[in-house]
Amino acid sequence: MTKPFTPKVVTANHLISGEVVYLTEGDQWSPLLAEAEVIEDEAHGDIRLLDGNGRADEIVGVYLADVKIGANGPEPTHFRETFRTRGPSNYAHGKQVELPHV
Amino acid sequence: MYNYSEFDAAFVRNRVDQFRGQVERRVDGSLTEDEFKPLRLMNGLYLQLHAYMLRVAIPYGTLNSRQMDQLAFIADKWDKGYGHFTTRQNIQYNWPKLHDVPDILDALADVQMHAIQTSGNTIRNVTADHFAGAAADEYADPRPVAELLRQWSTDHPEFQFLPRKFKIAVTGAEHDRAVVKAHDIGLRMARRDGEEGFEVLVGGGLGRTPMIGKTVREFLPKEDLLPYLEAVVHVYNQLGRRDNKYKARIKITVHENGIENIRDRVEAKFAETKAEFTGIDQALLTKLEAAFAPPVFKSAELDGFTTAYDGDPIFRSWVDTNIADHKADGYGIVTISIKAHGATPGDATSDQMRLMADLARRFGHDELRISHEQNVILPHVHKSDLPQIYAELQQAGLGTANIGLISDIIACPGMDYCALATARSIPIAQEISTRFDEMKIEHEVGPLKIKISGCINACGHHHVGHIGILGLDRAGVESYQITLGGDATETAAIGERAGPGFSADDIVPAIERLVLAYVDLRDSKDETFLDAYRRLGADPFKAALYPEASKRHAA
Repeated sequence: MTKPFTPKVVTANHLISGEVVYLTEGDQWSPLLAEAEVIEDEAHGDIRLLDGNGRADEIVGVYLADVKIGANGPEPTHFRETFRTRGPSNYAHGKQVELPHV
Repeated sequence: MYNYSEFDAAFVRNRVDQFRGQVERRVDGSLTEDEFKPLRLMNGLYLQLHAYMLRVAIPYGTLNSRQMDQLAFIADKWDKGYGHFTTRQNIQYNWPKLHDVPDILDALADVQMHAIQTSGNTIRNVTADHFAGAAADEYADPRPVAELLRQWSTDHPEFQFLPRKFKIAVTGAEHDRAVVKAHDIGLRMARRDGEEGFEVLVGGGLGRTPMIGKTVREFLPKEDLLPYLEAVVHVYNQLGRRDNKYKARIKITVHENGIENIRDRVEAKFAETKAEFTGIDQALLTKLEAAFAPPVFKSAELDGFTTAYDGDPIFRSWVDTNIADHKADGYGIVTISIKAHGATPGDATSDQMRLMADLARRFGHDELRISHEQNVILPHVHKSDLPQIYAELQQAGLGTANIGLISDIIACPGMDYCALATARSIPIAQEISTRFDEMKIEHEVGPLKIKISGCINACGHHHVGHIGILGLDRAGVESYQITLGGDATETAAIGERAGPGFSADDIVPAIERLVLAYVDLRDSKDETFLDAYRRLGADPFKAALYPEASKRHAA
């Protein structure tokens, strides 16, 4: 039996800055996980991954990351993805200080 | 120090120009990431969790003040005002932008530095004893040899596509401070019947399959070094496995084929390579030895030092803990701790870098070293200058007296930065260091090396820590496994796993129980943690780590 498909987002790093970005429904790269398109269907996930990979002059390292649906949209299910949404824990660097969090 | 020849300068500058073109072609879309990745890795540029990371080579950990100043300049201009010194004696910048990297490499080339072969399946930055040329227990300075190896291995046509990365370390001292037994090739400079040479070890390494290096040649005459190493790397290049990344290092080649088989193959190849070397290498080595001649040491009165030492217990504690014996009269080797309590191990701000450069210029014969233990060293300091140096270090947050103690922790960047990590390392190091500082017992506890890695690749050298900590992902939660009894010195040993892992919340209390148990168990204050562990075995230490389990056993 195959495992049921769990919700995912397309994520990557920005080509120039290396910042973590997420693919939105409107085909933009957003720095906020909350703005990412949540993919609930495996075949659609494959297509969106191809879409992301096709934009190699904007981003690097595209993959599908697991998410769960929370009050403000997609949320990470694994601590690695949580760290990617905010930055390192030893300094106030990265998204945790560069983005206006709601 | 060694100064670049015209050839070196042109080579490095050409590589920067090539890379500038490659970055332009990546940005304009003419290169895909698959095409670009090997090119950026050849120049030390990684993609990490939150940003790119540039790894800059500091050959054999040696810098002058101008180079250190330039590292600070780069940190301010293109990064976030700091740099991270690593266990490979390199410096890493955690936030460079892709389009700035060619400019950074140009700025490095301005001071004879580069990021070449700090990644990829090549011979990496050659490391050496960080007390080279200064230590009282040294019989030969390893840096001329390390520089010879750097020149030989840089862009060596046969060794650009090895089965896996390849690391060489050299020491010329009685005490091994360069972890030579955990390198692909470890060299111990030696003397036999008045002749200079090397003991050559191969097949050491940490990572997922830790191994202690084995002696492949008891004594290699000095002039045979390059032809012999060329034979070793040649044999590895042919025999090393390329089918499985995790079995590709030379330690596995040696393990699977046996050291005798490897030795025979190396000796057979060496008969050929020896004939190919015409002596140019030895002429070069002679020049390098002259370039690394010791500075002219001064003599000065020690009255001021003695007064400060006798009268100021805080200064005395720093001297006793951070100053090592120098070969010259009146001199000491200063290890500047980049491990203030609660700080990130190995991180220095640009202001701190500039201060250390300035101290080296004014008091240290213009020399600095980076240790694999992630500290900065002023190798040649007259003791009369120590009170002034200490006062300035203290002002800059660099006066921590903790070298070799619990809070002098090695930690890899872990999952705060590294894309390969399975758990964080830095916060664990910060918490342990903060906790033992609060308890004010680290001087009482004495020499104790804690080393933390955030994944099985072991950049944090956890296998050779007296206490090793390995961060893992256990079912989506950070978990920390403890190893005990590791040793990175001439009596090298791989630590033994103590038992089940601890959560991030439980690891610091576990380390505290372990250390307090040692203090109870030692037969005197002179028995170090490692000595006590070797005398008593793992059981009493495991009992401290797992009190519940040991109660169940007793019942």
